[in-house]
Amino acid sequence: MDPITTFRGKSVALNIPNIDTDQVTPANYTKVTDKQGLGKILFAHWRYKNAQFDPNPDFPLNRPGAEGATILVAGGNFGCGSSREHAPWALVGYGFRAIVSTSFADIFRNNALKNGLIPVVVDPAVHGEALAAAEKHLDIAVDLPNQKVTLPSGRSATFPIDPFQKRCLVQGVDEMGYLLAHLEEIGAFERRRGESGAAASK
Amino acid sequence: MAAPRTLFEKIWDAHVVAAEPDCPAVLYIDLHLVHEMTSPQAFAGLRRRGLKARRPERTVATIDHIIPTIDKARTVSDPAVKDLLSAIEKNCRDFGVALHGIGDEYQGIVHVIGPELGLTQPGMTIVCGDSHTSTHGAFGALAFGIGTSEVEHVLATQCLLQRKPKTFEVRVDGRLRPGVTSKDIILAVIARLGIGGATGHVFEYRGDAVRALSMEERMTMCNMSIEAGARAGMVAPDETTFGWLKGRPFAPGDFSAFRDLKTDDGAVFDRTMTIDADALEPMITYGTNPGMGMGVTGTIPSDTAKQALDYMGLEAGRPLAGHPIDVVFIGSCTNSRITDLRAAASILKGRRVKARVLVVPGSEQVKRQAEREGLDRIFLDAGCEWREPGCSMCIAMNGDELKEGQYCVSTSNRNFEGRQGKGGRTILASPLTAAASAIEGRVTDVRKML
Repeated sequence: MDPITTFRGKSVALNIPNIDTDQVTPANYTKVTDKQGLGKILFAHWRYKNAQFDPNPDFPLNRPGAEGATILVAGGNFGCGSSREHAPWALVGYGFRAIVSTSFADIFRNNALKNGLIPVVVDPAVHGEALAAAEKHLDIAVDLPNQKVTLPSGRSATFPIDPFQKRCLVQGVDEMGYLLAHLEEIGAFERRRGESGAAASK
Repeated sequence: MAAPRTLFEKIWDAHVVAAEPDCPAVLYIDLHLVHEMTSPQAFAGLRRRGLKARRPERTVATIDHIIPTIDKARTVSDPAVKDLLSAIEKNCRDFGVALHGIGDEYQGIVHVIGPELGLTQPGMTIVCGDSHTSTHGAFGALAFGIGTSEVEHVLATQCLLQRKPKTFEVRVDGRLRPGVTSKDIILAVIARLGIGGATGHVFEYRGDAVRALSMEERMTMCNMSIEAGARAGMVAPDETTFGWLKGRPFAPGDFSAFRDLKTDDGAVFDRTMTIDADALEPMITYGTNPGMGMGVTGTIPSDTAKQALDYMGLEAGRPLAGHPIDVVFIGSCTNSRITDLRAAASILKGRRVKARVLVVPGSEQVKRQAEREGLDRIFLDAGCEWREPGCSMCIAMNGDELKEGQYCVSTSNRNFEGRQGKGGRTILASPLTAAASAIEGRVTDVRKML
C-alpha cells in the first residue's frame, strides 16, 4: 500500500443519512472473486436507471462537474449494515480517497481504513459547511498526519483516527505485518490453553 | 478481590494474546466461519503472501448466500455464481478447511449451522465475514462480523486486531404477551435506539423475558444487534443453552466450566436500557432501515424521512396494518430455524395464503426436521413454496427477488432499499406476523388469529 499523508481533491455531496452498504454496493453486483473493477457498480441502484448502466442524471455523482471527485461528503452513520468489504473496494475503485461524515458504522470504518480510504468524522457545523462546498464540487484537503480537514473557506477541523491505523496508513504498511510479528506469542497462547477449545469460564 | 466484570469483559480478557501501548489488542479467535461471498479475496491474499491457514480445524465453511433454493438440483447458470462456487471449493480443499457444500447434510446458512453442529459454544470468540455473526452471542459467545481483510488475518494468524468495544445492557423485564416474540423485542430495541444508536457497543440481553426465551429466540435477538449498530449481542449461558447444545456433533460433553460465565453482581455497563415485555405488541417496519419500526396497530410517524416514504410508497400518519402485500418471505439467519417454521405453520395450518409465500429453511437439518414433523405439508397445502436451504430472498443474490414495487412481509433482518431486489419494498416482522399477513394478503395483526 502506498503511504498516505496529505491530499486534496474535488468533493461531491450525498446528503443522505444512514447510507448502508447495500446502497454502496448492491449485493447482486458483488458476486466477484476479485477486489478490482468495482468502481462501476458503486451506488448502482441509485446511480443507474437500469441494469444496462444508463446513468440516472439526478444522482449527484452523475451531475455536471462531479466527475473526478475524490472526497465524498455524506450523511451520518455512513456504511451501516452488511460487513462486505466490497463497499470500500468500490468507493476506492471509483476514485474516492476520503469520506466526510458525522459518524461511521464500525465494520465499514475498519474496512475502509484497511483500503486506504479515510473516514473523516466532523461535527455537524463543519459537516454542514462541507456539504455546501461539496454541492459546488469545491476542493477539500485532508492532512492525515495532523488529522486535519480543510474546507474551501479556509476553515479547518481536526478529526479522530485510531493511532495504530494512522501509523499503518502513513507508513504504507498493512495490519497483517503486525499480526505476523506476534506469531510466537500466539503460539504460546495456544500452548497455554491447550488445544481443547475455548473455556473462558473465569 | 477482583473487580466485578461483565460477561463480555470475561470473554475478552480470556482471549487477549498481546496488548501493546497505542495498539489494538491481538485477540484470539476460537471459531472462524466462512462463506462464499466474502472469502475469495482473503484466500487470494494468503496465496499472494505465501501463507497457510493457521488453524484449519477452527475454520468451517458453507455455501449459503448465492445458491438457488428452488430445488435439490441447485442448477446454476450465472457464470459469476459458478466462479464463486468453484472458488470456495478450491480454497477449502487447498487450505484444509471443512466445507458443508451443496448436497452436504449440514449445508445451510452459516449462522444456522454453526450452532446446529455444536461448533458455537459459550465463552468462545467467533467471527465470520458477515455482519449477522452476532447471532452466535446467544450462546454466551463474543461473536461479530468482520471484513474480508480481517478474514485473511484470521485465516493466517487465528487472531484479529481489535479495540475493546463498550458494553450496553439491554434488560427486558416481564413476560411477552401471546403473539409477541423475540423478533418483536429486537425490532422494538432497534426502533428505540435507531439504526446507529449502539455503534461501538456490545449488547448483553438480560432480564426475565430473555431468560424465558428458547435458544432459537435468543439467536433471533442477537442476530439483529448489528441493526442498531452494535458489534455483538450476548446472552449469558444457562440450562436452556446447555440443554440445546447437548449431544450435537461438536458440542462439549461437560458444561460445568461455563456455569460461572455470566456478568458479576456489581459489574457496570457503559450504557443501559430497559424494555417492558408486557407492553410490547407485534412489530413491523414501515421504512427503509430496521430502526423505522412500530407496533402493528401504529401509524407511520409524521417525521419519517421523505425518501423512505417515497421508496415505500407510503404516507405518514396512516396505519400500515391492512396494506396489501405481494410476497411473504419466511427464512434468513434471523428466522429460519425449526421453531420459526413451527410458529409460521401454527398459523398457516388449514388455511390458504393470498400472496406468494416462500418458506426457506435455514439448513438441511432444519429442512429434514420440518419434514419429519409434517410442516412441509402444512406449507404446501396452504399454497406456500417449500424451498431448499439458503439465504434466498433476504439478500436476493440467488435469483429469489422481489419485482420493482412489490411489497413483502419478511422475517429477515434488513429493509434497506433494494435489499430484496431493486425497487422491492420490505416490511420486517416475526414469523407469526408474516404467516398471518400471508393468509390475509395484507399486513395483519396475528393476535386476531390466535
